[in-house]
Amino acid sequence: MPTPQAIQFGDTVARVASGALAHPATDDSQELQGEKMVLNMGPSHPSTHGVLRIVLELDGETITKAVPDIGYLHRGDEKIAENMTWTQFIPYTDRLDYLAPLANNVAYALAVEKLFGIHDKLPPRCQYIRVICAELARISSHLLGVGCYAMDVGAMTVFLLTFTEREKIHNLAESLSGARFTTTYTRIGGLARDLPPRWVEQCRQFLKEVIVDINEVDTLLTRNKIWVDRTKDVGVIPKEVAIDYALTGPNLRASGVDYDLRKAHPYLCYQDLEFEVPLGSVGDCYDRYLVRMEEMRQSVRIVAQCLDKLPGGPDNQAGEPISVADGKIVLPPKRKVMTSMEELIHQFMLVTQGMNAPVGEIYFGHENPKGELGFYINSRGGGTPYRMKIRAPSFVNLSILSHLLPGHLMSDTVAILGSFDFVMGECDR
Amino acid sequence: MNALDLARQLRERFGDLLSEPAEFRGEVTLKLAEADRVAEVCQFAKGTLGFDFLIDVSSVDNYGDDPRWTLVYELYGLGHKCHLRLKTNVSEERSELPTVSGVWRTADWHEREIYDLMGVRFTGHPDLRRIIMWEGYPYHPLRKDFPLGGKPTELPDVAFTRTAPIEGGPFVTAPGGKDAIEREPRAKGFED
Repeated sequence: MPTPQAIQFGDTVARVASGALAHPATDDSQELQGEKMVLNMGPSHPSTHGVLRIVLELDGETITKAVPDIGYLHRGDEKIAENMTWTQFIPYTDRLDYLAPLANNVAYALAVEKLFGIHDKLPPRCQYIRVICAELARISSHLLGVGCYAMDVGAMTVFLLTFTEREKIHNLAESLSGARFTTTYTRIGGLARDLPPRWVEQCRQFLKEVIVDINEVDTLLTRNKIWVDRTKDVGVIPKEVAIDYALTGPNLRASGVDYDLRKAHPYLCYQDLEFEVPLGSVGDCYDRYLVRMEEMRQSVRIVAQCLDKLPGGPDNQAGEPISVADGKIVLPPKRKVMTSMEELIHQFMLVTQGMNAPVGEIYFGHENPKGELGFYINSRGGGTPYRMKIRAPSFVNLSILSHLLPGHLMSDTVAILGSFDFVMGECDR
Repeated sequence: MNALDLARQLRERFGDLLSEPAEFRGEVTLKLAEADRVAEVCQFAKGTLGFDFLIDVSSVDNYGDDPRWTLVYELYGLGHKCHLRLKTNVSEERSELPTVSGVWRTADWHEREIYDLMGVRFTGHPDLRRIIMWEGYPYHPLRKDFPLGGKPTELPDVAFTRTAPIEGGPFVTAPGGKDAIEREPRAKGFED
């Protein structure tokens, strides 16, 4: 990668050499250094994936300063959370990382369950289905991440391939929850509903197809000269810097830091499942791409194991529960509400006042496709949180930009932003 | 090595500046009495105790109580895999404490966000500007006394002029109040 100095100097020499013939007497090397130019990138730019704005200061083609500007998608989710019940906030989590809504649902439900102290009482079928959801969301998010990244750098075909597969995940999500994006599938203490008939079969079929697609993307990109030239040794983040900026998810692991919450602090049924955590060695854009590709393969592996081990089987003939058996947390079955006094009271209290939370504070971090999605919940009891802070992975990952971009060429910005795979919905909250 | 041991080590170094470690749901919380020394404590936690990873910084508005602000630091060590929560209070008159962005650079944006949404300032921060709201916005919207529906402003087309649909809804909590029951919607009763 050329330094700003090298480019400046080469340019000046060339220009002085050609200018020497025309104006042999003037010494204008000072003037030929050129003025710095300020370029506004975004908030509406195809490679800023949403509404990120970066103010770049350029010296020729080289970036000398980068100031990210966020907040264009701020909706006040944390303020809203303080003013509604625990259950009512679940639909808002769909809109955080809107490319992986199922994973956000799982993360939020687990955080609130930790506050209520029921996180270790979840029935096994619920845990397995939640893992399937989180991993499908990861595949979906990475398919989009790799597809858009490749398209930004010029490989259009990859985008078409990955979006075809992603569509199938949305179909699965639709038959699972009734919505393609705004899934709202989890509930505090369980799930909204059990798997629909034939869903497991369809999911298996999808796994077979997606792995073909991932391999095809692999053959298109991994040894592609243009792709390698655009991404290799571009946007290198050394290990220490990645930790200092608290990057998480594939961006951290591409720098060689072995930190995956599914392994470091296993939740749900992850300790019963076999999977590897891919790590990068250099921490450049190419490594971030490779890590995402391998994570997709591992996710396919995890989902396949979950489908095989699913307690109760595909159609749940045995009637395995999917929610905790606590009338003060989970809505009772409708049939009982109509016939039994106690259930009627529970239903009424849960709907009008929400669950009565214990006093205390917790932090729960979930390994989302983009990184660690954390919820800090401060509860003073009652049906609403006193304060809920959302630790959004994209917000933290983007904070490194002003450190990382200077020294790179303008065109590298596109590769770096693509390799970061961020979503402004959760960054701005 | 678990989080409780590390918390005790931190307490050995700083003595009564730190409270007895409290445990809830397996998480250890320490309270720091003097907010002015937060950077020093964090530097020690990072340098000596191996808390090299700052997960998050958040802020709580204890509206109606003194001190009004609580700052919450979520520390983590990639080496020992222990999580520790450090809390400190700041009074409303002061609304200022030292930055920890010199210890972990990730704190930069977290602190800017707190300054923006809560209005707590960080001394020594390299670039303390608003981050989510725009430069020149007059309020700090995460404060409890900021109404959910927003406040009208003189600037045209940039702030709310009407209340948001959720305002006055059944779960909209009132600021202040002794306890959760008083703050909560169920205290409002039914209005005809």
